[in-house]
Parts: sequence; C-alpha cells; structure tokens
Amino acid sequence: MIELLSEERCTGCNLCVRACPTNVFEAVPGGVPIIARQQDCQTCFMCELYCPVDALYVSPLAERRAEVDESALAGNGQLGSYARNMGWKAAKPRGADKDPTFRFRALTRGA
Amino acid sequence: MTASGEQRQADVVVVGGGPAGAWAALHARASGAEQVVLVDKGACGTSGATASANTGVWCVPPDPAARAKAIAARHAQSGGLGREELMAAVLETTYRELEQLGAWGFPFPSDDAGRPYLANLRGPDYMAFLRQRLKRAGVTLLDHSPAQELLLHDSAVAGVAGYRLQQDLPYTVRASAVVVASGGVAFLSKTLGCDVNTGDGLLMAAEAGAELSGMEFSAQYGICPAYSSVTKGLPYFWATFSDESGRVLDMGDNRMLGVARALLEGPVYAVLDKANPEVQRWLREGQPNCFLPHDRLGIDPFSQRFPLTLRCEGTVRGTGGIRLAADDGSTRVPGLYAAGDAASREGLTGSATGGGAPNAAWAISSGSWAGRAAADHARRVGRASDDRSLRSAGLTGLRPSDGAGRVEAVEIQRLVQAEVLPIGKNLFRTGDQLTASLRELDAGWGAARSSLQAPGRGSVRAREAAALLASARFAYRSALARVESRGLHRRLDRPELDPEQTHHLVAEGLDEIRVRAIPLRASPHDRAAE
Repeated sequence: MIELLSEERCTGCNLCVRACPTNVFEAVPGGVPIIARQQDCQTCFMCELYCPVDALYVSPLAERRAEVDESALAGNGQLGSYARNMGWKAAKPRGADKDPTFRFRALTRGA
Repeated sequence: MTASGEQRQADVVVVGGGPAGAWAALHARASGAEQVVLVDKGACGTSGATASANTGVWCVPPDPAARAKAIAARHAQSGGLGREELMAAVLETTYRELEQLGAWGFPFPSDDAGRPYLANLRGPDYMAFLRQRLKRAGVTLLDHSPAQELLLHDSAVAGVAGYRLQQDLPYTVRASAVVVASGGVAFLSKTLGCDVNTGDGLLMAAEAGAELSGMEFSAQYGICPAYSSVTKGLPYFWATFSDESGRVLDMGDNRMLGVARALLEGPVYAVLDKANPEVQRWLREGQPNCFLPHDRLGIDPFSQRFPLTLRCEGTVRGTGGIRLAADDGSTRVPGLYAAGDAASREGLTGSATGGGAPNAAWAISSGSWAGRAAADHARRVGRASDDRSLRSAGLTGLRPSDGAGRVEAVEIQRLVQAEVLPIGKNLFRTGDQLTASLRELDAGWGAARSSLQAPGRGSVRAREAAALLASARFAYRSALARVESRGLHRRLDRPELDPEQTHHLVAEGLDEIRVRAIPLRASPHDRAAE
C-alpha cells in the first residue's frame, strides 16, 4: 500500500488525488496533498504512473504496513521505477507501442 | 425522492468508467445522445480491472475460416452454454472497434510484418487513451462519484443517485436511459485493481427488477505472490511450483486448481525458472507491475522461489451478471442496459472463465451495443421533464427498515468475506457448505436490511457492503441450485457434469432470492433441425 508522498519532491499538482481509484489522497489548499485514507489503498500502483515527479512510493505489501526510507528508495532507484519501466514520461502514457507482450500470446494461448 | 446535493440531467448516464462504460458512452454520443454523463466510483482511466492490467483481446481478423475456428474452440470450452452467433458478433464488433482505436491514434505495437497488433492492450495506456476520447467526444465525466442506486419513474429506470466523494455531497442524474457498466464483484479480495468492483451494479439492477444469470460461475481465483496484489497469471506459464519442503508439485492442466489443491495442504511456492533470458526480458518489459513486488522486496523471481496465495476474482473473471434480454444490452427493465463484467457473459464464455481476452472483447462489444441501444431508447422516450417525480430504488445499506444504523459496513464486509474468500468454501463447493454459508449470509442480510446505514461519505461504504452481501447471496443461491459441476462451478459432492442441467440459472429478488432454470436460446443448428 501507499507508504510515501515525498513533500520534498511533490509540486502539489494533485494528479494523484484525481487518479487514485480508491480516493486515498486528499488535496490540501495551498499545500501538497496528504495520504488521508491509507487503509483504502488497493496497491494498484496507478498513482505512481500519474506522479510527474516520482514523489510516490507504493509498497508491494498489500495487507501490511511497511517502514520506508525516502533517501534509500531514491538511492536504489525505486522511486518512479514503475513509470520508468512502463516508459511513461511525466505522467504521460508512453511506450505501449514497445510492449512485447504480444510475442508470447501465441505461446501461452489457453494458459 | 428529496432534491438535495448536485442535480444533473442527461440523455444517457453510464455507471462505470472501465472499458465497457467508456465504449458505451462513446457510442451513445456517436448515436446522437447529446448529454452523456459517465460516473465512476474511482476515476475513469485508472479504475477497475483493466486499467492496471495488460490484457489480451479475443480478436480475429475478418477471415471467415479463422473466425469459425476461433468460435468452435470457444464454444467447445463453454460447457454447452455459449452461443455461436453471439461469439461471431463479438468478434466482428471487437475487430472493428480496435481498428477504430488504431485510427484514432492508439499506439498499438507492430508485429514483425509491420502491421499493428490489435489483440493486446496495455491497461493504463488503453484507459488513459479512452478517457481522452471521452473528453473529446463531450462526455461529462464525474470521477470519485459512485452511483448508489437507480431512480425509477413508474417501472422504468430514469436516472441514478450517488455520492461525490471529493465534494462530499450527494448527486442525482436524471436520464432517459442508464447503462450499468460497473464491473463484476471481487469481494474486496485485493485482486489487482478490483477493490472498486463490489457488485454495486448488480444490487442496483436487482432492486429495479432486473434478473441475474450465471451467478454460480463466480469462483475464479488468481495466482498471486502471497504478500502482493498482483494477480497477473501470465508469468506462471514459466513457473516451477513447490511445497514447503521444496518438493516440485505437478499442477496438471489447470494451474489455478493445482495451486488451490496444494494450498489446502500447506504453503506453495513458485519460481519462474523456465523463462529463458529472452522471455525474461519480454516479461519485464511487458508486465512491469508483475515485477514491482519482487524487485521492491529484493527477490529475483527467475531464480528464487516466492510464496503464493490465491485471490478471489469472483465474477470479474467469472461470467455471472445482469441478465440481458437481448444482445443490444437491454434488460427486462425499461431504460436499463448493462455491459461489460456487470452483465452475464455466459453467451460468450459459458461456464468457463471470462478472464482476460474474452472479457476484454466483451467490454468493447457489449459496451458499444449498450451505448447505442441506450441512445436509441433515450431518443424514443425523449428528454424527461425536470419536475416529474422519481422514486429511489435503493433499500439495503441506504434506507434501513428500522432506521437505526446499528450495523457497521465493516461487519458486513467481514461476514461476506468469511464465506466467499476461502477456497475451501467457494472454489471447492458442497451443498452442505453452501447451505451453511447462506444461513450466515441471509442472517447478515436481515441485519443489514433493518439497520445498515451511515451518513455522508460513509454511505458509500455501507452501500458497498450491501452490494457485496447481495452478490454473495446471488452467487451461492445459484450455486446451490446447480447440482452438478460445470466449468468454474465445482461441487465436490456432485463432481460430474449433468447433461440435463445444460441450462441457465436466473436469479431475482433480494430479501428472498428465487432461482429458476431457463433453457438455452435456440441456436441456428437447433432451428435448422426443427
């Protein structure tokens, strides 16, 4: 579930507030949004794709809290790694044309 | 109905912003509906099963021989419940709409011959693209605005009411037609992206008088790393499975069932050690979110084994849902249409899972058809006047019979989950267990009916709990009435398929659910034989 909204990186664009399917974030007038309803996070990672500045980190643990350290996550490249691996740029969809998944649809048909 | 909160008017309102809802809204506009409003519980573009997935699409180019072969193969897997003419219509519509998507500029990958490969859609990109098309088409999008109930005029559907979570106020949209495309029900199991799929549309439709069909086909589960939410099955094609001691497990011809049987004995592990370096690279590039959990926990899934669980996918990758009266998405309730996973997919996949490619094709086709039919209906009945009186159809979770609000949504949610999530109850069914579960669920329904309610935003959770409970009761009441095993519906006490039960089970009612068998619609072969 969502464990980090970096106040240092966040620009307050509120795209995460708009994108989150389970309404986890809450906009704060004049400030950066807060993680208001962490327990509602469904660990879908969509917010990371929609963060233009890699300020969000979703722990892969779906049902447990996790301790996270922002500088460690930044250092080992995990902040923004989902968007990077997808090829998205600054919250903009990119890279679907490079998706090689079709190459094994034939292999796994019926799987 | 009291007039409070935000009031809107539309020709067509679409409930749900996944692919089925998006295609429905686009086609409603293209068929001339001027005011189309799409309401989503989360956000159109990121919400639901498709947005976080990477899905194949059942798509065959218009070559009669290739299509006939694909239809025959699908029919053979459908437990005798599929309809070939519906399959042909799905193939035709899906191919046409995917070509349209490409013409609009969706960046399909190219195959080795340089042609766009249409039969696979990367979810986040696909849904972001559809959102842009909806805005361009002039569809009004209301995000974070779950629909909670249908509004009726006489016995016809005349709008929806719900709650705008980020504005913290209720809303109503009066409309001449409503398309329910709210997805299936996955019982808040944390299957990827599906916590929004709580069966809200099933409950709303049933309250308005619609029937459900095939709800016994609701026992699909997804293989998932034990700690994770990522229920993507593709990588397990290259997996070796083992038990606690490291003994390699033979999964037979159905990996999900193999994992389920092994999980009843103890922990089960997988390692993706059959993937060669090229496949590893394709998997990583094509399914980045499959590898996020492993990477972030420092596990190399290609060489290290990781523990597995199964997450209930309910009807999202089952096939049950609102029964359609015709292939245009209409139901037996005037003004009410259904599309996507909210609708029964038995005509397409029968008793087999709809997961992945068939559901993706069904969302496109059924959404397109329902959107057009809803727009036609809206044109026929005309724009409703503002002042006619509408009746709110919602009861359980919204209007408790004793008005007290003494039952909490979370109590109901836990009660439902205790009966529908365990594989020993839902995946492997028996008549005795279904009866015992229904006793709990029916008692919960009685309590919820009399006392489940919460104010403001909390009303959304209360209503979801009612929908989960109603969905579970539809599923198990239908499962008890199918006294055999067929496809997804597995009865340990009736392990064989009974040819006499090659029929649909249709459920209706809420306080008392009635299930009846109806014969298959005659296929062209049958008609020819008569």
